[in-house]
Amino acid sequence: MAPVTLASDKGRVIGTPDTAGQALSVRGMTVSYGAAPVVFSVDMDVPQGAMMAIVGPNGAGKSTLLKAVLGIVKPLSGQVRVFDRALKEALPRVAYVPQRASVDWDFPTRVIDVVMMGMTRELGLLRRVRPHHRARAMDCLARVGMTDFAARQIGQLSGGQQQRVFLARALAQQADLYLLDEPFAGVDAATEAAIIAVLKELRAEGKTVVAVHHDLSTVPDYFTHAFLINRSRIAQGPVAEAFTPETLDRAYGGRLATAPVAQMADTGA
Amino acid sequence: MSADFVALSLPPLVIGVLAAIACALPGNFLVLRRQALIGDAISHVVLPGIVVGFLLAGTVSTWPMLLGAAAASLVAVAMIEGIRRLGKVEPGAAMGVTFTTLFAAGVLLLEQSDTSSVHLDVEHALYGNLESLIWIDAVGWQSLVDPVALAGLPPELGRIAMATLGIVIFMAVLWRPLAVSTFDEGFARSVGLPTGVIGVALVVVSALAAVAAFDAVGSIIVIAMFICPPAAARLVTHRLGAQVGWSLVFAVIAAVAGYVLAGHGPLWLGFANSVSAAGMIATVSGVILALAAVFGPARHRAGQAT
Amino acid sequence: MAVGWQLRPWRRWLTRAPDPMLREALTFGLGYNATLVTLGATALGMAAGGAGTYLFLRKRALVSDAVSHATLPGICLAFMLMVALGGDGRFLPGLLLGSAVTAGLGLLCVAALVRRTRLTEDAAIGAVLSVFFGFGVVLLTIIQTLPAGRQAGLEGFLLGSTAGMLLPDAVLIAVGGALTLALVAVLHRPFTLVAFDPGYAEATGWRTGGIDLVLMALVMAVTVVGLKVVGLIMVVALLIIPPVAARFWTDRAAHLALIAGAIGGVSGYVGAAVSATAPGLPTGPIIVLVAFGMFALSFLAAPGRGVVAVALRHRRLQGAIHMRQGLLALATGQPIYEALTLRLLTRAGLARADGVATDAGRARAAKALRDERRWDVARSSPSLAGIAATHDGLSEIETVLTPDQIAEIDARIDAPREVT
Repeated sequence: MAPVTLASDKGRVIGTPDTAGQALSVRGMTVSYGAAPVVFSVDMDVPQGAMMAIVGPNGAGKSTLLKAVLGIVKPLSGQVRVFDRALKEALPRVAYVPQRASVDWDFPTRVIDVVMMGMTRELGLLRRVRPHHRARAMDCLARVGMTDFAARQIGQLSGGQQQRVFLARALAQQADLYLLDEPFAGVDAATEAAIIAVLKELRAEGKTVVAVHHDLSTVPDYFTHAFLINRSRIAQGPVAEAFTPETLDRAYGGRLATAPVAQMADTGA
Repeated sequence: MSADFVALSLPPLVIGVLAAIACALPGNFLVLRRQALIGDAISHVVLPGIVVGFLLAGTVSTWPMLLGAAAASLVAVAMIEGIRRLGKVEPGAAMGVTFTTLFAAGVLLLEQSDTSSVHLDVEHALYGNLESLIWIDAVGWQSLVDPVALAGLPPELGRIAMATLGIVIFMAVLWRPLAVSTFDEGFARSVGLPTGVIGVALVVVSALAAVAAFDAVGSIIVIAMFICPPAAARLVTHRLGAQVGWSLVFAVIAAVAGYVLAGHGPLWLGFANSVSAAGMIATVSGVILALAAVFGPARHRAGQAT
Repeated sequence: MAVGWQLRPWRRWLTRAPDPMLREALTFGLGYNATLVTLGATALGMAAGGAGTYLFLRKRALVSDAVSHATLPGICLAFMLMVALGGDGRFLPGLLLGSAVTAGLGLLCVAALVRRTRLTEDAAIGAVLSVFFGFGVVLLTIIQTLPAGRQAGLEGFLLGSTAGMLLPDAVLIAVGGALTLALVAVLHRPFTLVAFDPGYAEATGWRTGGIDLVLMALVMAVTVVGLKVVGLIMVVALLIIPPVAARFWTDRAAHLALIAGAIGGVSGYVGAAVSATAPGLPTGPIIVLVAFGMFALSFLAAPGRGVVAVALRHRRLQGAIHMRQGLLALATGQPIYEALTLRLLTRAGLARADGVATDAGRARAAKALRDERRWDVARSSPSLAGIAATHDGLSEIETVLTPDQIAEIDARIDAPREVT
């Protein structure tokens, strides 16, 4: 593909990478909150239909990378392509599940209303909520096992239930690419199983899933691809190639006890 | 009796109610966004705004002063945001720096210019004069359909009515984006909502409400109505729509009860003179909030001790 | 033009330098009362800057706004009570005592709303300040109808007024300012501890709640003493602006309080002195504007956190990042997509306009790639991760690590590959 000259809102761009066949591609992404970059010059490719875990130590820039991909934080440099298009054009095909702790659960609203927020774009400013919208929201709640909680005030939910509601909201977006920030953080085992079941369903439907993930021991079970980051990219690719003792050692260094690494290498191989 | 009511009580009542509604509506979102004190800051900088408007126009005329107030509130909002973002100062402190400074500048300008001869003083800016907004041309209820008499309505009524209408339309149109971006800003941006613009629009609309209400009833009502009715409403319901509805009910109750108590309360107690209606409306809104804090069914946070 | 005549007094005052009156005022030459007031305002400013620092560090700056507005009903009630008892309603200590009572009540209301309901502190502050102030205005209108109320002059408390102050009042302000300042000086250690690390303070035997209570009492004291000087609407400026300004200069709590105290003291001193030189120069606004002037200076020009310094650092960082990314792209033969990157490279003579590296560029690129690899290893090495985490990772690694450390890193990489 010949480089095309494009104007972007983040400084002038003098070409676009060839990202055909990728659900998400990132080139040269650098993000800094202060004096030092949190994410430096990261290239990332998520093939369509993949289920990818973003893995790395605390403070390695996992969540920041996700937010920069979505334009929630402004990167110092870098390009994002979603389904081989500029982010702005492709945004309707992207669903985002933020960290649970990032919102005020005291907000006066019910579970069903939060799920309906997933239809914000489709409802626009003034379109009325029709019964079929509501029915779809209920379907999404059913998929995460939260039907009985539709009318519940969100402040009364447990952490796991809150996470399921967030996932239901993402489902209501009917997207093709799902970006999840720590979906399993602080949730109960039943919720974790329910969420991973839904994510695997999505993958079976041909959707692409990217999740920031903390629990190294479940990576090989849950995901097809892994992306290891510690400020810069350490490795990416299918789990068997990218998620190895060698790459983990490079990402975590001495901060990871050796026993679980060996154990994981067994399951991962 | 009815002629007196229509001429003397109806206009201030309606103006008070409209001002209360205009402030309480955006106040709901300010309270939910933890920006309640933006209303406080804006209402303080109305004073320097009208002083500058007066100095530039050279006479006490309404529009330059209102424009000055509107401009000052925008300057204040820009200053707060600038100090907060560029200086990484927490929002409360940024507001404190901004409104005290602008207010001080206003007082100094007022003292330096010869405004003592005209009716432009700090007290008036602070607590308005709702009681003086009478409708001299009214002879009774029939005046409501008399074009000649209607032309003599206090001009404040028309202005606050227009402002309130504009605010109602704004809230209706932007309801969904406001709700989504208030609850979950990151998600809102991920669906392409311009959250920064929405936030600024809310503050600008609040400034419009503050200026329009200040014109009619003074600054204190503005702060009280931005915060007390929405805060009380939050304590009686868990749903956003219901909260806004309740806040309007509380705002109207405060305006009507406050006006009536200010005008007639002292007489019932055997005093000869009425008291400040604006002050009384703020007081009643406080009583409503106190009742909601003690009896409101949704007053406790999840897990909060009773 | 209208503006001309309106601003004439201003210009007259501004062009009147050097002003013997001003010099007299600044050197306490304007009589006993004015000197006392100036001393009091200075001490008050210092005390407010100090107390405000701890309020600011607790992120509760605007609590002071609720306190100050809540004084109004107390002033009015005290006046009415004193008149009812047959005394002089304008007796300043009585009025200040009354203001302290309702200010304390307002504080209790804020605390109760936050603790007992789901409302957040900002809403509680706004509610309390507007309702208390509104009620105060109701009382003011009642007082205006009383026979003794016509010349009560209680409006003076809104904006402050030191003009024509009586000797006992001036003494009260001087003593009050000195006392609050002494209290801040005595209590700075527990305040710092609680503001910085409440958990540790609790563990070492300080009762955080108790210290907070004392801090609030001090804030109340500053407010009450400042009422007559600055007025209740602007007195919060003394508590808020100095610490915010001081924050731009230092990261240390102890220094913060000192600098804030100095800024507050200068504001109080200059404000009181200047306003004594001429009518039409009210104390309160001058004090606030002087404080703001110092804030604006700090905001723009402070070396560490000032806006100019931060913007320059940001630009430098952005340049360094684009340069590094460009060099890495050259080293690995990847295309360069961003115009800024290419511009920086060509300007430094490292690449041609079409993105092809020059000889110098190739050498620098190889070096950058090796540095990047070394930083990667450093970040994942247990002994060096700490250093790597606190460093931007863009500078040459030789300037940060010792040769031994670099050798240790290189041992973990295969020989650094050169670009071919």
